[in-house]
Amino acid sequence: MAINSLPQDIEKPMTITVRNIVKGFGQYPALRDVSIEIEDGAFVALLGPSGSGKTTLLRIIAGLETAESGHVLFGGADVTDRPPQDRGIGFVFQNYALFRHMTVANNIAFGLKVMKRAQRPAKAVIDARVEELLGLVQLSGYGSRYPAQLSGGQRQRVALARALACDPKILLLDEPFGALDAKVRRELRAALREIHDRVGLTSIFVTHDYEEAFALADKVAILGFGKIEQFDTPEAVQTRPASDYVREFLS
Amino acid sequence: MSTGNSAVSESLGTRILLILLATLYIVLILVLPLAAVFTEAFRKGLGAFMHAVAEPDALAAIKLTVTVALISVPINMLCGIAAAWAITKHDFRGKAFLISLIDVPFSISPVVAGLMYLLLFGAQGWFGDWLTAHDIHIAFAKPGIVLATLIVTLPFVARELIPLMQSQGREEEEAALTLGAPGWRIFLWVTLPNIRWGLLYGVLLTNARAMGEFGAVSVISGHIRGETDTMPLQVEVLYNEYNFVAAFAVASLLAGLALVTLVVKSLLEWRHGDQLAASGH
Repeated sequence: MAINSLPQDIEKPMTITVRNIVKGFGQYPALRDVSIEIEDGAFVALLGPSGSGKTTLLRIIAGLETAESGHVLFGGADVTDRPPQDRGIGFVFQNYALFRHMTVANNIAFGLKVMKRAQRPAKAVIDARVEELLGLVQLSGYGSRYPAQLSGGQRQRVALARALACDPKILLLDEPFGALDAKVRRELRAALREIHDRVGLTSIFVTHDYEEAFALADKVAILGFGKIEQFDTPEAVQTRPASDYVREFLS
Repeated sequence: MSTGNSAVSESLGTRILLILLATLYIVLILVLPLAAVFTEAFRKGLGAFMHAVAEPDALAAIKLTVTVALISVPINMLCGIAAAWAITKHDFRGKAFLISLIDVPFSISPVVAGLMYLLLFGAQGWFGDWLTAHDIHIAFAKPGIVLATLIVTLPFVARELIPLMQSQGREEEEAALTLGAPGWRIFLWVTLPNIRWGLLYGVLLTNARAMGEFGAVSVISGHIRGETDTMPLQVEVLYNEYNFVAAFAVASLLAGLALVTLVVKSLLEWRHGDQLAASGH
């Protein structure tokens, strides 16, 4: 793909390293000394019940939340103090967070249009890229609609296309299927896995649904009470739960 | 509403009675007084009305009122947007205090607001000597009127925007952040389009109050005819002089301004109704 907006020092391999992250909300600790190493090209699920800190961890990786201590590294480069704008990530929100006053095409083009003038692609290039992404998420012909005119599954596809527009190397998804019904969820799951493999991303998604995590992810990190209880392949987690907590969560 | 509506359980008689009561109340409290203002203004014909409005003191009052509104409305619009943006899209210590602070002008009497400025900037006030020494006039001059108008109209825009922006949440701004947009772009392209209708309404309210404020301005203006009398003050002066036609003529202009703002708002809502619906307002 021709468009690459990433800062020069963020290059492949795009490993994600989380080191000793501590985060609390008031008295209540959300993350206590969390470390995890995610290798390039991996598709990882952060799995846990609500309140386990999984969304907070994802938002810290994205830069939307600031950790009290600890570091986040992308491809070996420390991005802890970098704002979300400069992290070269794509982020998909549970409730889509589409720009409600913009058409689908303008939503997808947003990341390209806000680039600095020197880096910004020509209008024709942006239009072509939008068409390409609409095709990728199987929404060709929907460019001129508004988010309010789409179904939940379609909105989440637009959100995915928008997140991919600037050609990020890292894709972060916060409960991306949480607001969708079971059938749409299965369809979208398959589409996401295919896009991940085709585009060549390192992806992390947050979920509380272990079937979803095991069906989709290469590796699953199970969180409980602000700690990672186990980080392994779905088979290993299922056959050799590392703790009583994991065993109980999966039962 | 059809008579078959099961949500309405009252008998026809009760309903007619309630509708009549409501209509009577609106007519008595709103329509009749407004009609009276216009009737009195034109009692002696269009010529007398025009003469009263074109009188130099009246013209000066109109000019002053419009000038004050032109200064104070944009300032409070910008400050209101900034306050609402800070309160709804960011977390910081003392947020609850700031919200209560914004409400202060609502809860104190405008007369007190005017008096506060007099205590600060009047000849006997805290800064009185310094201001006199440097030949700066605030009390009994136009800057004082602007200050009094600013404090009275401070909450309108922020109060209109805060609930709206709270209900819209932060997700769209966060999405824009992850897409690499700088802060000012996020504001101009994401936040502002989402709040434009609330903002418009807040600005219209601010403007109506800025032009109509009496108490605070009355204290600080010093009532210098042709100099520091705004339209509401001019109405009072004329009325006290038993010049009823002139008083009501100026009053009808004020009321007319309010009606025009309402019509403009309705027109905009009607023309952009589809966008309003699409953006989920």
